[in-house]
Amino acid sequence: MTEDAQARIDAAVKGSDVLLFMKGSPLFPQCGFSSRAIAILDHLNVEYASIDVLQDQAVRQGIKQYSDWPTIPQLYVKGEFVGGSDIMMEMYESGELAQLMQDQGVKVAAA
Amino acid sequence: MPMAADDIAEMIRTAIPDAEVEITDLAGDGDHYAARVVSETFRGQSRVIQQRRVYDALGGRMGGVLHALQLTTAIPQG
Repeated sequence: MTEDAQARIDAAVKGSDVLLFMKGSPLFPQCGFSSRAIAILDHLNVEYASIDVLQDQAVRQGIKQYSDWPTIPQLYVKGEFVGGSDIMMEMYESGELAQLMQDQGVKVAAA
Repeated sequence: MPMAADDIAEMIRTAIPDAEVEITDLAGDGDHYAARVVSETFRGQSRVIQQRRVYDALGGRMGGVLHALQLTTAIPQG
């Protein structure tokens, strides 16, 4: 994997409070798991950034190495890897994800 | 090539011997599965660590051959 991709991923992860690596865009998710991740973030009403891995093969492969996690989507909050869509769903249902966002002081999107 | 449910369960049990593994074929096409893995050895581990152990058990197939595997991990109750 290129150093460049790892550096770019690292900068992106550190540059956004809430960052979702996904397939497609929030308006047009290209996979059911990414769609589910977006739905969860929208329900939480938090501000988030997203990166479409389909637009960049180096990032698509590089993120798996960066997080040591084989699937996409992947959620980062304040630079920490939270998990994939299954973990997001479990944490959402139990209220842990909202709590995590609150504890991390993540901005809620304007209504 | 999709994987058979039994093969998935077998790989997980090999890596996590006490695991109870339940595989559901979501779409009936042998390609979209849900797996629920329950193991005492998950106790005290974060969800990320638990799921990573299952992914490791699948030896690099996750995200490739196994694109559509919904995964739930848990600790035995009672």
